[in-house]
Amino acid sequence: MWRGCLLTGMLVWLAATPASAFVAYVSNEKGNTVTVIDTNSWAVTKTIKVGQRPRGIEFSRDGKFVMVAVGDDDTIQVIDTKTQEIVDTLPSGPDPELFTQDAAGKTMYVANENDNTVTVIDLEKRARLGDIQVGVEPEGMTISPDGKILINTSETTNMAHFIDTTTREIVANVLVDSRPRFAQFKRDGSELWVSSEIGGTVSIVDPVKREVTGKITFEIPGLRNEAIQPVGIGMTKDGKTAFVALGPANRVAVVDGATHKVLKYLLVGQRVWHMDFTPDEKYLMVTNGVSNDVSVIDVAAQKVIKTIQVGELPWGITIAQP
Amino acid sequence: MFRWLIGTIALSMMATGALAADPVEIHIGYLGHAGVKSTLSLVQQPADNDGIAGARLAIEDNNTTGKFLNQRFVLDEAKVKDSDDVAKVATDLAGRNDYIITDLPADALLKVADALRERGTVLLNAGAIDDRLREQDCRADVIHIAPTRSMLADALGQYLVWKQWKRWLLVVGSHDQDKLYADALRRAATRFGAKIVQERTFEDTGGARRTDSGVTLIQRQMPVFTQQAPAYDVLVAADESEVFANYLPYRTWDPRPVAGSAGLVPTSWDATHDQWGAVQIQNRFVKLNMRRMTALDMQAWTAARMIGEATSRTNSGDQKKVIAFLKGKDFSIAAFKGTRLTLRDWNWQLRQPILLADGRMVVSVSPQEGFLHQVSELDTLGVDRPETKCKLQ
Repeated sequence: MWRGCLLTGMLVWLAATPASAFVAYVSNEKGNTVTVIDTNSWAVTKTIKVGQRPRGIEFSRDGKFVMVAVGDDDTIQVIDTKTQEIVDTLPSGPDPELFTQDAAGKTMYVANENDNTVTVIDLEKRARLGDIQVGVEPEGMTISPDGKILINTSETTNMAHFIDTTTREIVANVLVDSRPRFAQFKRDGSELWVSSEIGGTVSIVDPVKREVTGKITFEIPGLRNEAIQPVGIGMTKDGKTAFVALGPANRVAVVDGATHKVLKYLLVGQRVWHMDFTPDEKYLMVTNGVSNDVSVIDVAAQKVIKTIQVGELPWGITIAQP
Repeated sequence: MFRWLIGTIALSMMATGALAADPVEIHIGYLGHAGVKSTLSLVQQPADNDGIAGARLAIEDNNTTGKFLNQRFVLDEAKVKDSDDVAKVATDLAGRNDYIITDLPADALLKVADALRERGTVLLNAGAIDDRLREQDCRADVIHIAPTRSMLADALGQYLVWKQWKRWLLVVGSHDQDKLYADALRRAATRFGAKIVQERTFEDTGGARRTDSGVTLIQRQMPVFTQQAPAYDVLVAADESEVFANYLPYRTWDPRPVAGSAGLVPTSWDATHDQWGAVQIQNRFVKLNMRRMTALDMQAWTAARMIGEATSRTNSGDQKKVIAFLKGKDFSIAAFKGTRLTLRDWNWQLRQPILLADGRMVVSVSPQEGFLHQVSELDTLGVDRPETKCKLQ
């Protein structure tokens, strides 16, 4: 009885503690810095100096490191999350922008904008395993949930390239709208979403048929059509809700994951780029490239609750356990 | 015996593979004029391959995409001298190509358009900025990639007005194209609420552009030429002929900025433009051509990319289908300007933002904020639909 009371008490206490603190790393494209934010206090806890033009940024699968592509230094820098200092570099090809890792965290795939290639890196050995020739200006990178297919989007070729991760060969090319920038699978692998910045749409691709089965378009009253430029995409694990950053439209669209209908537009900062969820999916943080801040969205309420000042021209963001 | 059979099967499979893999070939002609103009500034002297170099890069880009779609693009280059029969050269080129990118003066372009009219060859005007080609002299088979003088003048005018530099001293060269540019600048001043406080003409009295003691003389001439002007904010120079404009910055009697043909120049492209992914194409261009990319290079690149884009979208080598797509409502092209570029369906002019560059940096990009339009803000640049004199046929 007493034990039961104590247990209940503890549970109540646990529930009452504020949303468990995570840590967010934001790459600042012009500032050549990475801003570290504590998601409990929503305060900047550190600013780390990195190489030239940091953009793509991601936690290693084991959470021990944050990797950031510093394009103008032609490398990827590795930040130790304990010391929050740069401890290593990875041999990417020239001008790395976005990258993705396999589920085991052993292999990394990097889009090299200048070379029309995707570079494959062995993360343990820190060695370059090879290159895959893709279309003009490779950018968006993602891996299918089963790990079999790597997706790369090429901005001037306007395709999503399907690459077999075993043979490292292109097995399909799906034409999407102009300047595809970001690709994301639904967690169940049933759909691949590709944003087209200049085309102004998000293409829904059937990963089995490897063809476009639908397109999400956006319309914001009072805003010229050309300003709507979809970039980053975030999807909840259950696939029910998606968020699409609309660039200079200064808004994030909330999209029904099943019907693909736009539910609402959330006003954020200027030129919204990329986003990431806190691991508990309570919050979504988006980077605002021109207004030098990050907006925090309450996922359940679908409301912007906070704006945090970061470095110059924030671009990428990754969030995990501290 | 069995092994031999497998060999045969493999061989026949290879053969069919080869047959199926024959790519669709798309032939694009490029018709330029021989000889380059002489510029006041040595670093602005155009290269021999100005323009063509951009088309070549676009062909490479198209072919990178084309290898995924089994399409192959080929560029067929020709240059005409003033003494050549341009219609004949064009007809010859049209025999081998469905599309021709042109860098020709207005009259030569019209000659070519009229000579090829029956054949249905589509011309992509990458070089001529004359408004009349999109107005009274417009042709249904000519698509204009180069911006017009009025688009360039409006882009500059919007910025100067935004900057509150509304009193302009207009200095015009004595050649025809200088006068046309001055017309466009006057129109821009009227449209956007600037005032031309005075106009002066700079007579071209001949003379070399390179001399061994040039600076000394110019330093004495330019202050005197700009003396006793009414109060003004900015000197706007119309000098497409490269006679005097680049002599003006830092030498005006009053300390005033210079814009137009020197100083702050409106242009479709600049070697210093690096926003919106532009640094990627700048790098590709330098790698291929060992020099920096000019406005004409970019206009030719865009022309060849438009054919590539429409060919991949229609997945077809059929010129009629490709052109129908180009002229249809779904067409747009990405060209590192931060927005999609589309065609004005009343005269086939490509809508585009215009950069304002000073030779070292891009200072701004027009249209400027606040210049609104009911269809596209890009239509605040140049002659708009309600004012057009074009009747496409």
